[in-house]
Amino acid sequence: MALHVDQVTKKFGDFTAVDNLSLSIEEGGMHGFLGANGAGKTTTFRMILGLLDPTEGSVRWKGKPITYASSPEIGYLPEERGLYPKMKVEEQLVYLAQLRNMSKGDARRETAAWLERFEVPHYGQKKVEELSKGNQQKIQLIASLLHKPSLLILDEPFSGLDPVNVEMLKKAILDFQKQGATIVFSSHRMDHVEELCDDMSILDRGKIVVGGSIKSVKRSFGKQNVRLNMDADLSHLCKIAGVDNFTKTKDGAVFQITDEKVAQILLAEAMKLGTLRHFAVEEPSLEEIFIAKVGKSHA
Amino acid sequence: MHSFWIIFKQAFITKARTKSFLITTGVVVAAFFLLANVSNIIAIFNGDENEENTLHVVSENPALLENFQAQLVLMNSEIEAVPTYLTEAELQKSITEGTIDDYLVLMLDGQLSARYVSESANEMGGGAEIENAVQAIHTTITAESLGLNDSQVGQLFMPVEFERQAVSESSKSQEELSQARGLVYVLIMLIYVAVIYYPNMIAMEVATEKSSRVMEILISSVSPVKHMFAKIAGIGSLGILQMMIFGLAGYFAIQTAGTDLTEGVFSVMGFSEVKISTFLFAILFFLLGYFLYAVLAALLGSLVSRTEDVQQLMLPMMILIIIGSLIAFSGISVPEASYVTISSYIPFFAPLVMFLRVGMLDLPIWEPLLSIGIMLLTIGILGWFGARVYRGGVLMYGSSQSLKDIRKAIHLGNKK
Repeated sequence: MALHVDQVTKKFGDFTAVDNLSLSIEEGGMHGFLGANGAGKTTTFRMILGLLDPTEGSVRWKGKPITYASSPEIGYLPEERGLYPKMKVEEQLVYLAQLRNMSKGDARRETAAWLERFEVPHYGQKKVEELSKGNQQKIQLIASLLHKPSLLILDEPFSGLDPVNVEMLKKAILDFQKQGATIVFSSHRMDHVEELCDDMSILDRGKIVVGGSIKSVKRSFGKQNVRLNMDADLSHLCKIAGVDNFTKTKDGAVFQITDEKVAQILLAEAMKLGTLRHFAVEEPSLEEIFIAKVGKSHA
Repeated sequence: MHSFWIIFKQAFITKARTKSFLITTGVVVAAFFLLANVSNIIAIFNGDENEENTLHVVSENPALLENFQAQLVLMNSEIEAVPTYLTEAELQKSITEGTIDDYLVLMLDGQLSARYVSESANEMGGGAEIENAVQAIHTTITAESLGLNDSQVGQLFMPVEFERQAVSESSKSQEELSQARGLVYVLIMLIYVAVIYYPNMIAMEVATEKSSRVMEILISSVSPVKHMFAKIAGIGSLGILQMMIFGLAGYFAIQTAGTDLTEGVFSVMGFSEVKISTFLFAILFFLLGYFLYAVLAALLGSLVSRTEDVQQLMLPMMILIIIGSLIAFSGISVPEASYVTISSYIPFFAPLVMFLRVGMLDLPIWEPLLSIGIMLLTIGILGWFGARVYRGGVLMYGSSQSLKDIRKAIHLGNKK
């Protein structure tokens, strides 16, 4: 395991921000952190980075605690975006990379390459405050990975971006992972996590409520969706044993089931009612799992 | 150490390139040249009034006039006495018309008498000098009529020997004191401005980095303590550079002005007998004062989330500096007062007050050393404390505007 977070707890006075959290991420893995606002994602990241010391537990990167000595190996994109507003983009990126021990020449070359990749080569000599929010975000991402860290921590990397830029940044992050970096990122957007990550955890009030590979999380959720598209009224089908939930849709209905066998019963019953246009057994979406796990505990 | 120099350079170069820094430096340098040349400038404006120095003398006795002219030359006076053949009525008309400023009537009628006429009675440009000259002639004439010879007259007018002497050996003589006073005053002024200006710069820097949220990236790259001290050292070096520019500008301004330090404005300031030690102490106390207040400013700057709040939090620190300066400025005339002595050991006042005492009095060396020791200790404690506050403070956002937040910051940055 490359990154090992071991039973970490952080208390601020009486408030427990992170509660006995454990997490292991393999080298070269991409781990998605899901959680409502205030779930403890940023606090966890700050502890991984060594900005905050855990009240209990420990964080290890490749077997050693993360200190300022490991600074060149680590990249960070904070949730609150921060760059010097009055400094030129290139100067700023080179400065921040130099702080992470990159040489000036390398930093210049890499900056140019990244600006080129993000289709903004002419921004090098502009001040950050002159750029749009989306473009500032690109610069912020470059700042986090310019020095080629082996561990990259991204706190909400896609918030506030248009779909075109989201795709561009996603691709850059995936490419960066392919070069061998270990990446942890947080998001509100389940689809981003689903698309990018191998592993994930859902954080709620400082605790991991669900964690593991996306496949295993979905499987262990123990529920599937049966989608039936037909014109007949399907509402009475919800009375079949094994159907937990029923949602009407535009084209028919979706039934949430716990046992795969129930799907066959549903299909048989539905066919009796008329012409069936579409039948599918679907994996639960992360969104459903999130709402089920986090929503329940909030209730 | 590598990153320390990068932050150091960054703090130094970006600040040195700002318009405000360049303008301030330029304005002060220009002011120095202006001040040094002030007598030349006044001379330029006075250039067209030279004819005022011509005094028209009405006298029926040419020997008397010659005597008067000789006396003026003896007195190094710039007034040039010329005989006139106009009548008094004509001269008075000329005065009202403004073609001449004044005239003098000299009469020897057994006794010497003179009448000085100018446009208004209180216009006394050369009045006093003329009176002195006439008085001198009168004395000579009287002495002659009394039959005194030259050496007797000389004895009569021998100036009395009057000397001020201080009993205390440690105190400087009156003459030395007034000579030191001007220089010490100027240097205290400089230290005062410097310990306000540069620490403020630091507080603003820190607050800007915090409010633009770049701080979180910075302190995830390098330790906050290193960041803080690199910044203080960077801006401190910039301060030294600026002070050196001012010093050189002052030196060259005086050189080019063509006056030496004992004349004009400078004689008042007492620059004639400058002790090198005074300058060395000034640099030392500037540095100590700077570090003391810079650490405090960084600490305070780390507490605010918006740059607008910086001034509010800096207020207590400003008050400390202002109290120190009040003690120092009032102490210039009474450097031996006990309140001055006591406050010269209080670390927050010491940079100004101890420098005043060192500059004005001949102190035994242990006194400034003790004060410096106290300051170094305070800087150490503040540095340690400030680093702790800073570590947490930079992570703290919200409407933090009060000193109570120091506790919160220490708590946040606490190592378990």
